[in-house]
Amino acid sequence: MPKDGGIGASSKRREDVRFLTGVGNYTDDINAHGQAHVFFLRSDVAHGKLNAVDTTTAAAMPGVVQIFTGADFEAVGGMPCGWQVTGKNGEVMQEPKHPVLASEKVRHVGEPIAAVVADTLEQARDAAEAILLDITELPAVIDMKAAVVANAPKVHDDLANNLCYDWGFVEENKAATDKAFLDAAHVTSLELVNNRLVANPMEPRVALGEYSQGTDEHTLYTTSQNPHVIRLLMGAFVLGIPEHKLRVVSPDVGGGFGTKIFHYQEEAFCTFAAKACKRPVKWTSSRTEAFMSDAHGRDHVTKIELALDADNNFTALRTDTYANMGAYLSTFAPSVPTWLHGTLMAGNYKTPLIYVNVKAVFTNTVPVDAYRGAGRPEATFQLERVVDKAARELGVDPIALRRQNFITEFPYATPVAVEYDTGDYHATMDKLEEMGDFSGFEARRKASEASGKLRGLGVNCYIEACGIAPSNLVGQLGARAGLYESATVRVNATGGLVVMTGSHSHGQGHETAFAQVVAEMIGIDESMIEIVHGDTAKVPMGMGTYGSRSIAVGGSAMVRATEKIINKAKKIASHLLEASESDIELKDGAFSVAGTDKSVAWGDVTLAAYVPHNYPLEEIEPGLEETAFYDPSNFTYPAGAYCCEVEVDPETGKVSIERFAAADDFGNIINPMIVTGQVHGGLAQGIGQALLENCAYDENGQLLSASYMDYAMPRADDLPMFSVDHSCQTPCTHNPLGVKGCGEAGAIGSPPAVVNAVVDALRSAGKDVTHIDMPLSPDRVWAAMQ
Amino acid sequence: MAQVSMTVNGKSASGEIDGRTLLSSFLRDDLKLTGTHVGCDTSQCGACLVHVDGVAVKSCTMLAAEADGAEVDTIEGQANADGSLNVIQQAFQDHHGLQCGFCTPGMVMSAAALLKENANPSESEVRSYLEGNICRCTGYHNIVKAIMAASGQDVSSIAAE
Repeated sequence: MPKDGGIGASSKRREDVRFLTGVGNYTDDINAHGQAHVFFLRSDVAHGKLNAVDTTTAAAMPGVVQIFTGADFEAVGGMPCGWQVTGKNGEVMQEPKHPVLASEKVRHVGEPIAAVVADTLEQARDAAEAILLDITELPAVIDMKAAVVANAPKVHDDLANNLCYDWGFVEENKAATDKAFLDAAHVTSLELVNNRLVANPMEPRVALGEYSQGTDEHTLYTTSQNPHVIRLLMGAFVLGIPEHKLRVVSPDVGGGFGTKIFHYQEEAFCTFAAKACKRPVKWTSSRTEAFMSDAHGRDHVTKIELALDADNNFTALRTDTYANMGAYLSTFAPSVPTWLHGTLMAGNYKTPLIYVNVKAVFTNTVPVDAYRGAGRPEATFQLERVVDKAARELGVDPIALRRQNFITEFPYATPVAVEYDTGDYHATMDKLEEMGDFSGFEARRKASEASGKLRGLGVNCYIEACGIAPSNLVGQLGARAGLYESATVRVNATGGLVVMTGSHSHGQGHETAFAQVVAEMIGIDESMIEIVHGDTAKVPMGMGTYGSRSIAVGGSAMVRATEKIINKAKKIASHLLEASESDIELKDGAFSVAGTDKSVAWGDVTLAAYVPHNYPLEEIEPGLEETAFYDPSNFTYPAGAYCCEVEVDPETGKVSIERFAAADDFGNIINPMIVTGQVHGGLAQGIGQALLENCAYDENGQLLSASYMDYAMPRADDLPMFSVDHSCQTPCTHNPLGVKGCGEAGAIGSPPAVVNAVVDALRSAGKDVTHIDMPLSPDRVWAAMQ
Repeated sequence: MAQVSMTVNGKSASGEIDGRTLLSSFLRDDLKLTGTHVGCDTSQCGACLVHVDGVAVKSCTMLAAEADGAEVDTIEGQANADGSLNVIQQAFQDHHGLQCGFCTPGMVMSAAALLKENANPSESEVRSYLEGNICRCTGYHNIVKAIMAASGQDVSSIAAE
C-alpha cells in the first residue's frame, strides 16, 4: 500500500503549480529598476594574439553606457580553480591565469574580449559590431595527443607545455598491475572516445548585478546550482568583496546538470559593472553563446586493458586516458578525470589490481568540467565496454562473466582507494533479467529480422559515488573547498517550519521531498513545512547541488537540525507536562508522556517556545531554531544494472531504441515518483550521448555544433518508454536516512548498454564489429557494417 | 516605434514597440507575462510556444507587429476560471511531467494544440507532435504519459512514474 505522505510517498510536487501556470521566478524574469544590458563581444578565432581592441567608435554609439575590455580587469583577480591535482611524480598541476575578459591572447572561440553596457540589449549589440579587433591568428591546438608533443603550439605561453597534469593512480599498484598483465591468460584491450557534450539545461545562463552605493552591498542574481559557492569564489578570489557585503540569489533555475555549478566570467562582470556603471547590469545568454561559453563535458580518449586468468576472473585493469581541459581550468575541472573517475574504475568487480593514468591537456576549446555523472560515466563506459568485449572474445555470456566477478561482500575496499559500504549487484541483475524479459529476446530478434532489421541486446552494470566527502579527505586530495552541507530549521510560534537548506533545487523537487522528511520526523502535515533555498541572505551557508549529493548530504544536515529541534521541543514539552524529559515521546505531531494519556500538541510546544510564560527559562532559551552542518564520512555508492534493446536498419545504419530497462539500488527512497523521474532524465541524456549528441570542432578550433540545428538534442520521438525499478535497496550505512542519491545514475549507466546492444546487433548479422565510437549516428553505424 | 494591440488571455493589451520586437519579447518584457520562456535562438526548443488565433506558434519566430489584432493565449491564461489547474496542467502534475519547469509552458501549450487537433493521440502521435519541443529533464516519458492521460486515455499500463 503506497503511503500518502512522509518518507516513501509519491507526494505530488508543490513546485509544479507555479511552473504549470507560468508564475515561476527564473533569473531572466527578474528585472531591476534602471537596469542596463551587457553584450559580450566574443572571440571568433580559437587562438590568437590580441593586439588591440579599439572601442572609440562603439563608445559613441546611441545608448552606450560604458565599454569594458581586459585592461579594466587588470587589477581584479582571475577566475579561480577549486581543485589542485598533484601528478604522479609529485608535481603540482599547471594552473593558467583565467581573466574575466581576454588580455594578451584569445584562447577559444567564444572567449569574451569586450563587454558593452548599454541602455538596451539591441544598442549593446549594435555597438559591439563597431568595436575594432586586431588579432593575429595563431595555430590552434585542438587534438589532445597533438597538443602534448614536443614543440606543439602552447595555449598558455607562460606554462611549460599544454600538459596540465600527468596523474597516476594508484601509483603503488603500477608495477604489480603490469606484472599481472604479463601473467594473464587473456588480455582484452579497447581504444575509445568519450565524446564531448554540452549540458544544455533548457534555461540559458543569466546574471543580473546590482550595487547599493548607500550600503556598499552587492547583489548578484544568477542561474547557479550553488549560490554560496559563487559568493565565496567571486567575492574572495575575483572581486575582493567580503561575504557580508555580497548577496547571491539563484531563484528558480531551469536545469543545471553540472554546468551551472561553476563560477563564470559573466557573473563577475555583471557584479563588477553594476558598481562601475552605478546601475544594475543584466546579461542573458543566447543559446549560441551557451554553446561557446557554458563549460562542456566528457571528452576523454582512452585505452583500457583488462587481464583475466584461465578461469575468467579479472586479475588486473590498466587505463591510459587523455582528458580535455579546454583552454582554461573551469572551477572543478581537474577533479573530474581524476578523483571522480579513477576511484570508480573497480566498478562492480573484485579486480584486485588497477592502475589509472590520466593526462589532462589544454586545448583551444571551451573549458571542460563536470556534466551529469562527471568522470563516472567515463569510467563506467570504458569498463563496461571492455568487459563486454572480453566476454565476446572468450565466448562466454556477458552477464555470466559479470556475475562471476561481482563484489559480493561489503564493506569492500577497492584497489582505487574507496570503500563501498553496501550493495547487492546480483539482486539488481536478477531484477534486470526479469524486467528485460531476456528469455523472450530471441523471438523478438527473429521478428525484427523478419522485417529486415537487426536486433541487439546490451547489458551493463554501473557503480557511482555520490556526495563527495569527507572534507578532510578531499582537502588532502586537492579540493579547495569543504564538502559538507548546512541546514537551518526555524520553527514559528504557530508550529509551521521553514527549512533553509544549502542544497539547491533546479528540477529535483527538493521543496517537496525535503518537506516529506521533516513531516515524517515530526508527524505533521507536509503543508506546514516550507523549504527555502537559493539565497545567501536567507540561507546561512551551503555547498549546493551537484554529484547527486542533495538528499545524502543536504538531507542529512536537515535531519540533524530537525533532531536538534525535536530534542529542544521535548525539553519544553516535559516542562509543560511536568514529566521527565526521558519519558517524552513524539508521535503524529504530539508529545506524550510514555505510558500515560497526557499529551501536548506540537503547536502548543512551539507557541510556548515563543511565548514563554510557562517555560523553564532558567534551563533553556526561548525560541526554536537550530542549525546543523553535516560532513559525511564517506561517499554513497548507488549501483545497478541496465539493459537496452535496439533495432538497426542495415540499409541506413539508423539505430532505434526498442526497450530500455534500469534496475537501480539507491538505498532508501524518499519520493519514488521523483526518483523515477530523475532516472528517466538521466537515461535520456545517456542515450543522447550514445546515439545523437556530439560537440564538434574543426581542426582550426571552430565550433561546428553551436546551435540546436547542429547539436542533436534527444527529442520525444528518439526515445522509448523506460522500464525503471528501484526495489532493490541496500541502505547507506553512514547517513541518517540510508539514502544514496539518484540524480546521475541514468546518465552513467546507459551509454554502454546502448553501444553493447548495437555491437550485438551487428555481430548477429555476422559483422566483425567490436566497437563504434559515440555518437552512434547512422553514418558511423553504416560505415562500421561495410 | 509602432503601436500594437492584441488580445492576450482574453484581455486587451497594447504597447509602443520597436519594429524588430519579437512576440516573445513583447509578452515577456512589455506585458510582463514571463511564463513564456526563451530557450534557444533558432526556433528549435519550443519553450516560447503560444497560441495565436488558436494556432500553435513559436513566439520567438513572430514579430509582435504581426500579431497586431490577434487573439494570443499564453500559459498564464490556461488555468480554470477558479484558478485550479486545467486538465492538461493537472495531468502534468499527476504524472510528474515536469522537473525544472522551463520547457513546461511550451509543452503545455503544445499539448493543448495537439489535443485540439487529435482528441485521442497514440504514444507515437504524441512523440511525433512534440518534435518541436525540447525537454532536457524528463526524458519525455512522463510528458507523453501526461498528455495521453489528459486526453482521457487509461495510462495505467505505461510504466509507473
